[in-house]
Amino acid sequence: MSARLKALLLVTPLVVFLGLFFLWPLWMMIATAVQGGTVRLAFPQTATAIASWDGSDPPPAALQAALIRDLRADTPQERFGDAVRTLNSQQAGFRTLLPRTARTLREAAESDPVDLATVDPRWSDQAYWLALKRSMPAYTDANLLAAIDLKRTDEARITPVEPDFAVNRAIMLRTFVIAIQVTLLCAAIGLPFAMLTASLSGWKRNALLIAVLLPLWTSLLVRTAAWLILLQDSGLINQTLRAIGLIDSPLSLIYNRTGVLIAMTHVLLPLMVLPIYASLIAIPRNLMPAAAALGAAPLQAFRHVLLPLAMPGLLSGSLLVFMVALGYYITPALTGGAGDQMISSVIAFYATGTANWGMAGALGLFLLAPTTVLYIVYSRLSRTPLVQT
Amino acid sequence: MREPDSFIHFKAISKVFGAITVVDALDFHVARGEFVSLLGPSGSGKTTLLMMLAGFETPSGGSIHVDGRRVEHLPPYKREMGVVFQNYALFPHMTISENVAFPLKMRGVARTERDTRVKRALDLVRLGHLADRKPSQLSGGQQQRIALSRALVYEPKVVLMDEPLSALDKQLREHMQLEIRALHRDLGLTVIFVTHDQGEALTMSDRVAVLNRGKIEQFDTPSGLYDRPRTRFVAEFIGETNLLAGRVAGRSGETATVALGTGASVTCDRGAAFETAQDVIVSVRPEMLHLVQDPGADNALPVTITDHVYHGDHIRLHLACGESHLVARAGRRDAAPPIGSKAFASFAPGDCSLVVP
Repeated sequence: MSARLKALLLVTPLVVFLGLFFLWPLWMMIATAVQGGTVRLAFPQTATAIASWDGSDPPPAALQAALIRDLRADTPQERFGDAVRTLNSQQAGFRTLLPRTARTLREAAESDPVDLATVDPRWSDQAYWLALKRSMPAYTDANLLAAIDLKRTDEARITPVEPDFAVNRAIMLRTFVIAIQVTLLCAAIGLPFAMLTASLSGWKRNALLIAVLLPLWTSLLVRTAAWLILLQDSGLINQTLRAIGLIDSPLSLIYNRTGVLIAMTHVLLPLMVLPIYASLIAIPRNLMPAAAALGAAPLQAFRHVLLPLAMPGLLSGSLLVFMVALGYYITPALTGGAGDQMISSVIAFYATGTANWGMAGALGLFLLAPTTVLYIVYSRLSRTPLVQT
Repeated sequence: MREPDSFIHFKAISKVFGAITVVDALDFHVARGEFVSLLGPSGSGKTTLLMMLAGFETPSGGSIHVDGRRVEHLPPYKREMGVVFQNYALFPHMTISENVAFPLKMRGVARTERDTRVKRALDLVRLGHLADRKPSQLSGGQQQRIALSRALVYEPKVVLMDEPLSALDKQLREHMQLEIRALHRDLGLTVIFVTHDQGEALTMSDRVAVLNRGKIEQFDTPSGLYDRPRTRFVAEFIGETNLLAGRVAGRSGETATVALGTGASVTCDRGAAFETAQDVIVSVRPEMLHLVQDPGADNALPVTITDHVYHGDHIRLHLACGESHLVARAGRRDAAPPIGSKAFASFAPGDCSLVVP
């Protein structure tokens, strides 16, 4: 067996794993975000008939008849439900309109002529028919637009949704703000911590490293729960502050932005400390003494020698923290208030709450895109290593 | 030997790490413009002494004066000394010219003046053409010259060098020795140079302080150390020597007569420091030892030739003198006596030294 084949066999499990559990779900997520086939599947005859309707006149009788035939057909319950959900996200009201119409049609005799407008007056409203038409194409940008609070009007123009429904942009912005805040906090704590760790030796260095690693080995849920206990109004911190007389009434440290930032910074700190520590360790031992001997006061030496050499670690740490923070879900859910939820909780709501995988995928795409761009920028910047050994 | 005026003065300087005394109450002066080497085996305290002068170690006792000013309490960046480190310590993220400009930038020198001085400092080590490279693109020798140029660019009062040539190969090292000597001479620098290489110390220095276990064994010119070692450690550490143990049998003025353990008796011109009946060691350099057939020659010791080894420019004769083993150098044109033959090893009373055991 050739060496090449052996090597190929060795990486096969990895390739299969990556393909199956990373690339395929990613592709499926992107695909569901732009797929619009659910309505077409549930109403095949309507789909054919509506293609020839231009939307300006009232819907012709042939179209109405096609819809009636589709509603009378024995469509599987699940498929019908999917279509109703999709239509309802386009035009509120479909959730009640379609099941009621279907029930009435099935109860009536097959031969009876049916006027949909008498079954439910909403059928005379052209908006429902237009929503039906919009939902028919195999591919749609509706989810992508909805993810950033936009929609297509009946004339297919892109407009902002009503302010009452426009929450995604605000939550997306909040997600980025929280991720940036957490990254800055991690950098502010992580850099001095890594510098201290790198400057020590022996058991002191090990003790500090374990202090960073221990949380990393602990379950995220346990760490977050621990903060609940520490930060609540009758928690350790408030009790201590009150006992020593610094405050009279408890500080609100949890179920608000403060709680989210404290817990997320703590959880993500190892991701900042370890890359900085690694880059500091690589700095030759005699550079700082050399800077001092050449006339650099401690702050100058830090600014001109240590910081530039620690920068690759600081950048990769920041990137790591930022990217992981963007996707945070459990920690803000447990330690934040209603105004501190991040985009992942909206994605989770669509995915598990309403089974709207298209919206979940579209929101996920808007999270994936900036992360990918950041990663590419970073890998461009860090192509030339500063310290060559 | 010139009497040093006191540009740098170590006054009863000590350094104790835990239970170990690394530098033990040293007291010595270095003159302005002098090239002084601190020479000693590892652990002799030479680097600690330099680090105390540079400000990286705090003395446990005593004081350091530079140009009349006490400096031991000053942080390194206020001492105005140029330090050249063992592994160059160039900043990897800066270009060569940024490296050399660093001390000037830290001192707030204006950009235009900085540029001229950097150019001058680079020209000094003849590496002006590498100004825009990064340190990693330079060879070891080039990096060392840049480190030197960086230490000289702000015209420090003193230049300290901590084994700066130890990472270079032999040829490059010898070349750099000459270059550093020339810079010292041309710029009138005061240099303190730490090394464990006695050849390097002898060829470069005005004076050498030989350190052993935190004490100065001898602080002298290179020829003083080689020709007139005062302790057994110096005699053995600098060059090669033959040591003959004995006891002072009598002394008249400078000349001492020493009864050797072998029963023979020798005279030495430099015996003023020793008393009758004191135990001493006679140190004779191999090139001062001559093989003769005349038992009446100066300080003639009966020897048996045990081996001769060809060394290119000279022949090394191994001799047995009673229990002790002697080495003599013979010119390559001299006829080497056959192995096993007997002769007398002779040396002039002025060509030996008496050292304390």
